[in-house]
Amino acid sequence: MKYGIVIVSHSSKIAEGVSDLISQAAPSISITYAGGTDENEIGSSLEKIQSAFENNTGDEILAFYDLGSSKMNLEMYMEMTDKNVHKYDVALVEGAYTAATLAEIESPLENIENSLEPLKIK
Amino acid sequence: MQLTLDEATKWINSFVEKIEHNSATLNELDTAIGDGDHGTNMDRGAKAISEALSKKSPENLSELLKTTAFAMIQKVGGASGPLYGTALLDMSKAAKENDDLAALVQVGADGIKRRGQSDVKMKTMIDVWQPVADDLQAGSLSTDQVTAALNSTKDMVATKGRASYLEEKSAGHLDPGSQSSAYLFESLVEVIGG
Repeated sequence: MKYGIVIVSHSSKIAEGVSDLISQAAPSISITYAGGTDENEIGSSLEKIQSAFENNTGDEILAFYDLGSSKMNLEMYMEMTDKNVHKYDVALVEGAYTAATLAEIESPLENIENSLEPLKIK
Repeated sequence: MQLTLDEATKWINSFVEKIEHNSATLNELDTAIGDGDHGTNMDRGAKAISEALSKKSPENLSELLKTTAFAMIQKVGGASGPLYGTALLDMSKAAKENDDLAALVQVGADGIKRRGQSDVKMKTMIDVWQPVADDLQAGSLSTDQVTAALNSTKDMVATKGRASYLEEKSAGHLDPGSQSSAYLFESLVEVIGG
């Protein structure tokens, strides 16, 4: 099972930055992101979220987000898609980094989730 | 009472006008206890609604609500996008089976509760949606009832959303999402009569 990772943030720079950071820890994992509104302003875009998931090649996707509307739009997408998505209410950077590192060495989901548990903040 | 496509179209058009007219007020309210962009975000949504409805006239109530929902979801950008979007999308699904106005507004309120994991008394738009749903269920809705629901948010301390970070400092201000929701239901009263 190859896991993919999706990052959703209010800021395109945060989304891209987190993606850059965790790509280093997980060069073989599919990492895609959605940041900011359609106009690249601060906010979130369901369309960008949708493309991030569509462009991700993971069999199952681990999703990380920052704040309110990122979460709501992510959940809205999850209600509409058939893709297998796991959303984590954890610190964005630390959570995504932990998951990426473990996904890279093909750690089982249970192990990844146990490692995310202490990072739960929301 | 049943909600017809014609009434609902007038309702949404009037809401769009009120949002465009009052976006500065919404920004001001949001500046006090939020990030100051509720009016700008809602105005973007309102313009997207007008554009979507002018491109294609909906054939029934469900389609009208769905078009409105997608415009909000795609263009608002802030939390009010998925919140209004979920409410309207859930109402659109329900409208396929039932066009009872009170039931539809309750479905919308439930959608907002689900999306925002929120409930009444948290100083959110629910504090307008739920009382309005109750009033409609009881048989009547007036502008005064909408205003009373809106004003009830003034003294609340926010426990959900960005205003909740301000704790006690959030009291003394109207909730911006409740104000935009009040515009929505004032528009409804105009259409169905108070």
